[in-house]
Amino acid sequence: MRKAEEYFFRVLMVLSSLIIVGSLFSILFTILYRGLGSLTWDMVSRVPEGGFYIGKEGGILNAIIGSMYIAGGATLLALLISIPIVLYINTYLPKDSRLAGFARTSFDILFGVPSIVYGAFGFTIMVFLGLKTSLLAGIITVTLLVLPIMVRTMDEITRLVPRELNDAVYSLGATRWETSKVILRQVAPGILTAILLSFGRGMGDAASVLFTAGYTDSIPTSLSDPAATLPLAIFFQLSSPIMEVQERAYAATLVLTLIILLISILSRIINVKLSKHKIQ
Amino acid sequence: MAQARIIVDRITARMMRSFTFLSVLLMFLIGLGLFLKALPILKTHSVFEMLSSEIWRPFKGEFGFLPYIMGTLWVTAIAIAISFPLCVLSSIYFFEYAPQKLKQLILPLIDLLAGIPPVVYGVWGVLIVVPFISEHLAPHFVEYSSGYSVLAGGVVLSVMIFPLVMSLLGEVFASISTELRDASLSVGATKWQTTKLVLMRKALPGIMAALILAISRALGETIAVLMVCGNIAVIPHSIFDSGYPLPALIANNYGEMLSIPMYDAALMLAAFILFLIIVIFNVFSRFVSTQLEKYFKL
Repeated sequence: MRKAEEYFFRVLMVLSSLIIVGSLFSILFTILYRGLGSLTWDMVSRVPEGGFYIGKEGGILNAIIGSMYIAGGATLLALLISIPIVLYINTYLPKDSRLAGFARTSFDILFGVPSIVYGAFGFTIMVFLGLKTSLLAGIITVTLLVLPIMVRTMDEITRLVPRELNDAVYSLGATRWETSKVILRQVAPGILTAILLSFGRGMGDAASVLFTAGYTDSIPTSLSDPAATLPLAIFFQLSSPIMEVQERAYAATLVLTLIILLISILSRIINVKLSKHKIQ
Repeated sequence: MAQARIIVDRITARMMRSFTFLSVLLMFLIGLGLFLKALPILKTHSVFEMLSSEIWRPFKGEFGFLPYIMGTLWVTAIAIAISFPLCVLSSIYFFEYAPQKLKQLILPLIDLLAGIPPVVYGVWGVLIVVPFISEHLAPHFVEYSSGYSVLAGGVVLSVMIFPLVMSLLGEVFASISTELRDASLSVGATKWQTTKLVLMRKALPGIMAALILAISRALGETIAVLMVCGNIAVIPHSIFDSGYPLPALIANNYGEMLSIPMYDAALMLAAFILFLIIVIFNVFSRFVSTQLEKYFKL
């Protein structure tokens, strides 16, 4: 009886694992298979031209560049905001500080807030500031979206730095600010990981930019221009009734997936390579 | 010179503190901003009526959220019902049974897929899940289904939260000490008995917390679900019916919301409700994991 139960659950577990791994690979395979068929050099090197949306010439360069601008701008802004926060929580405040605990909790919660809510909130900010749908509005919204990711990732790594290191630096007569700079060097690989993670999230998110960044066929040249984004390009093209346009949505999905996978793999490599020189 | 260093230190301390305070405020600002935007509709309509009414006619000023709330609940329930048991079984397998090498190969791969954007899952849903449901699954049960259904939404969503749930559960199982397993095995329990009676008991608070977090993630997912679940504002009666979840409502109507009075307030109210539910779930998840831990101490 014990043996039978053991065996039964073992089979169940292996089956579950197979389903999970299988379905995730089914996604990669489907995207690769359908995307490769319609991926051409034109797709990634040209902007939409006349009649693009009824299946004529052009590509999605506008969306690729737009997404890069938004993800890049948002990541940069979030980095500038989150570094002071992480340093403050970890070196300025004492280890059992209430404020630090509260800040961490609030970022955990913000991390769970769905991007559509950020989109709606970004829209209210946009209206409040009198902006139109634009690159700037998109960047502001995505900044809010990636800020919790950035803070949490950097905080996780900064917390691992032994407090003795702080004490050693203090004992040399350094101020808190100078100590922070030492800590910052220690967590540099973590910061890079956080940057890549945020950039990836910013590239891939659709619901937050739907309200705020707008959509356009040209590459934005200023912050007040609307900007096309890759996820929205996929979304809009897929809902077209025309076959050629749908096919291009698959190709665009492949492009997005490849970019994201590249970023994820890169961040892993960096993490391994750079952590070699850390003081343990 | 020393003076200058100390001044720099003080200035940076002030600056960093205000950044930290502001960031803590952000959560409340989001809630407040959405609430203020939703205020006009709250003044003229009763909340209870809006939440329980089925009629959604923005042109006539009737905003019944019930179909959208039901759509969200259906999709979320299906997603969790599929995803959670699979993930629990699978993480037990990887952490207790599987060879170390397999675990080290598969878990990072699953983690890597966590970064895949929702829209990609949506495309997969349109290409694979929707046709499968309409051609192979639905004909056995109902006369006709386009495939764009709450079931499709639930399936896509369940696959989407696999990586998240696996990593949450992985943390739970990794935190259980090996001594506990050894102690149980040394008194003659089989591996499954150890898992069932010792590990599950120890892991239960973490599993519950993970469940709540998974639900809250599923509630808010927008694009992937929107692409496959049909978006018809009627309360679904079977898993093959189309549904229209709350996030999809917000995403689909932003374009026209400024031209109809109260429409934007209604959508902002939807966003506010979503925000509130998710914040409550997240706080509750932390509460559960700390409180249950006290009960299930081994």
